[in-house]
Amino acid sequence: MELFTDYTLRTVALGAALLGVVSGVLGCFAVLRRQALLGDAMSHAALPGIALAFMLTGRREPLILLVGAALAAWLAALLLLAITRTTRVKEDSGLALLLAVFFGFGLVLLSLLQQRPDAAQAGLKSFLFGQAAALVERDVVAMAALGLPALLCVALLWKQFKLISFDPEYAASLGMPVGLLGVALTTLIVVAIVIGLQTVGVVLMSAMLVAPAAAARQWTDRLGVMVLLAAAFGATSGVVGALISATGRGLSTGPTIVLCMAVITAVSLLFAPERGILWRRRRIALSERVPGA
Amino acid sequence: MSPQLEVQLIAVVIAAACAIPGVFLVLRRMAMLSDAISHTVLLGIVLGYFLTRDLASPLLFVGAVAMGVATVSLVELVSRTGLVKEDAAIGLVFPALFSVAVILISRFASNVHLDTDSVLLGELALAPFDRLILLGLDLPRALVVGLGTLLLNLVLVLLFYKELKLATFDAALAAALGFAPALVHYGLMTVVSITAVGAFDAVGSILVIALMVGPPAAAYLLTDRLSRMLALSVLIGAASALAGYWFAAWLDVAIAGSMATMVGVAFLLVYLFAPERGLIATAARRARQRWLFAEQMLALHLLNHAGTPEAAAECASDQVGEHLRWRPVFAAEVVRRAEQGGLVRRQGPMLALTERGRALAQEASLR
Amino acid sequence: MNALDITDLTVAYRDKPVLWDIDMSVPAGTLMAIVGPNGAGKTTLIKATLGLVRPAAGQTLIFGRPYAEQRRLVGYVPQRGSVDWDFPTSVLDVVMMGRYGSLGWLRRPGQRERALALEALEKVRMADFASRQISQLSGGQQQRVFLARALVQDAQIYFMDEPFQGVDAVTERAIVALLQDLRASGKTVVVVHHDLQTVPEYFDWVTLINVRRIASGPVAEVFTEANLRATYGGRIAFLGHSEGTGDRVLGTGKRGLGTEYAETANAD
Repeated sequence: MELFTDYTLRTVALGAALLGVVSGVLGCFAVLRRQALLGDAMSHAALPGIALAFMLTGRREPLILLVGAALAAWLAALLLLAITRTTRVKEDSGLALLLAVFFGFGLVLLSLLQQRPDAAQAGLKSFLFGQAAALVERDVVAMAALGLPALLCVALLWKQFKLISFDPEYAASLGMPVGLLGVALTTLIVVAIVIGLQTVGVVLMSAMLVAPAAAARQWTDRLGVMVLLAAAFGATSGVVGALISATGRGLSTGPTIVLCMAVITAVSLLFAPERGILWRRRRIALSERVPGA
Repeated sequence: MSPQLEVQLIAVVIAAACAIPGVFLVLRRMAMLSDAISHTVLLGIVLGYFLTRDLASPLLFVGAVAMGVATVSLVELVSRTGLVKEDAAIGLVFPALFSVAVILISRFASNVHLDTDSVLLGELALAPFDRLILLGLDLPRALVVGLGTLLLNLVLVLLFYKELKLATFDAALAAALGFAPALVHYGLMTVVSITAVGAFDAVGSILVIALMVGPPAAAYLLTDRLSRMLALSVLIGAASALAGYWFAAWLDVAIAGSMATMVGVAFLLVYLFAPERGLIATAARRARQRWLFAEQMLALHLLNHAGTPEAAAECASDQVGEHLRWRPVFAAEVVRRAEQGGLVRRQGPMLALTERGRALAQEASLR
Repeated sequence: MNALDITDLTVAYRDKPVLWDIDMSVPAGTLMAIVGPNGAGKTTLIKATLGLVRPAAGQTLIFGRPYAEQRRLVGYVPQRGSVDWDFPTSVLDVVMMGRYGSLGWLRRPGQRERALALEALEKVRMADFASRQISQLSGGQQQRVFLARALVQDAQIYFMDEPFQGVDAVTERAIVALLQDLRASGKTVVVVHHDLQTVPEYFDWVTLINVRRIASGPVAEVFTEANLRATYGGRIAFLGHSEGTGDRVLGTGKRGLGTEYAETANAD
């Protein structure tokens, strides 16, 4: 605890909040477009990108690593599209295959890097499960440089993203470039993923896309409210989890954040008014007591 | 037997064991459950360890398998509430369970032989040093476990081949015939869990996914028959495992990661070069069909408009492409091919169908 | 000028033809049904017209020009089952989506769009449901919401994919009345339709397709036993002539459809 000044904690909290907001917002679209598992595959696929970016530049410059991660995740999404479009291999198989192969290749590259004498590679392993305590100012700056423009894009293209998520064919009939908008949305989801990699890690990052959105959906029937709630849930669990991990004894950040988020999700699924499981139980019980009334 | 040979043998056995249930996961479109199960079995192992305080206890195995099956039913439970879609349910359940496991390990068990890196990677290189005596033979434990899993999977597939096949390809018929689909489903999930746990120690969760899904997906592009798909999956899995081993030995890198990479390479090769369903064969076939199809379109167009008042415009050799909205070069080439193939002939400025052309058009219109 | 001209249209999915060399024209101000057996390419015909699938040959023109130039003149009602009705949005919001095309890239829907949407909801008698979440609607109500969304597009020609699918009798009559109002105000309406029985009653034009176009024209001229036989093959049974507008159809020998007709026949 004494290792951390307030300044470090602030940096960690800011980074975690940023990650929570961006992944919460973009996760809503991922979940509504049924791309929850694509997020899982893409975040695993980011690993070789990080390793390659480091190998090529030899520097742990956060922006370079994140761009490498984004390119690899993007390539995986592209390959998935190619495989499912041109063969009879279904999406689930394609996802599992790409996830495992990219991640496996990433591990190969990491072990190759470990043979290097320089110390800079040592931190790369924290990308597996995330290490919020290692966040420094320039990491947060890099996260903001990617995340804030992503949020701006969502705000500007709100009605387009809403319509292609709800009814893509109708959007196309109105003349919207649905394919291009889909690519844009996937790219923004990739951005959300790479922002979280350092804090949450590639293994669990997908949960930060899925869980805030799934939790938020239970409390509201409006997309706008859902997105704001998901951002709030993501930020809350991000900050709480990161602080617990940064001050706790050697706990990885990813699992801590994901657990915080899991608690919020479980509460939402059970207790949210109207939709929650217990709420519906009660309503059924009430309606049975007063038949036909 | 040298340790190197033993490692390869273990890898091949595990690859074969994973491929068998993997075929059914791929065909039943449940491949991502291998992702979920291979992660959550860790929680079963950890909880089993807290109960027994013994990493070698068989209870760990039982706990892990139970946790794998429980994961699947929890996913079903969540998605059946209708509150979230099925893919989101998978994405909610397994990261949460896996997180619990990772935290428990790093908080309470970091001093024992359980650490988060080996969860993902496995420690295949160390497998030959963990030995046990079976029937008087001194064998690596991972090999015994792997062989046991493989044997179990083989026996189950041979025993229930008919049921599995029917439940996979025609679930409705299977149910009507009295094979409980839920029983087949949970049976398969139990086998997947057992296989994942058996392989987990040696190769880690990621390679389990690669070996369960990659070889069957590749085999799916090579054959239409279930029995061949099973055999090919085992072969491709074993070959990838061996190639991965040698690649890792050559560069001195992570073995499991290297094997997963080789699964990817194997799939890529099949994807590109598979004789009928490969990318290259498909592209070639499409190109051929494109011309054939265009000739059919031309013939049908001529058949439709012959003898009608607008025939003079619709069937003129230099205008027909314009009517069909074809680019001039493409239209000219289609006409040339159709003429060469004896489908049409020129009558002054007009194109007319030959007998063969008429037959082709009529055949096309019947489709 | 014709509202819709389709010439030499061929559409194929992976070299498997779904529509073969279709020619047809629809004059403005008609209410037309597209009928044909399952897999005949009815939906594809609409999708190709709206540029949602790319044709292998031929073209469609809306009031003499390609669709891309005439989008503002076209309203579209897709099949109800094509979207996720659990999407977090309200009835009013869905209807306002109909204005997105004329809003341009960055403008948000505002008061004007709201008023137009409410007006359209009024027309389909769904104004009371404006703030409802869409999953709380019945099938017929969902269909009316989709209709309202097309109405706010304020189009000259409407394409509707099975608007009567799974709706109750009251809604069906309400929708028919609405379509006939549209025609009365000079609009053109093209409807993919399943129930042969009601074709002469609801529509004034009909197109019969089964991969190829069998016939297209005024109902009285083309809705004949011979044409229906050519469209449905042997899977159709006929009763005697009636009303002079064509033939009474008893059933197509296909599940679902057959029972529908049988019920109607009993009611008679």
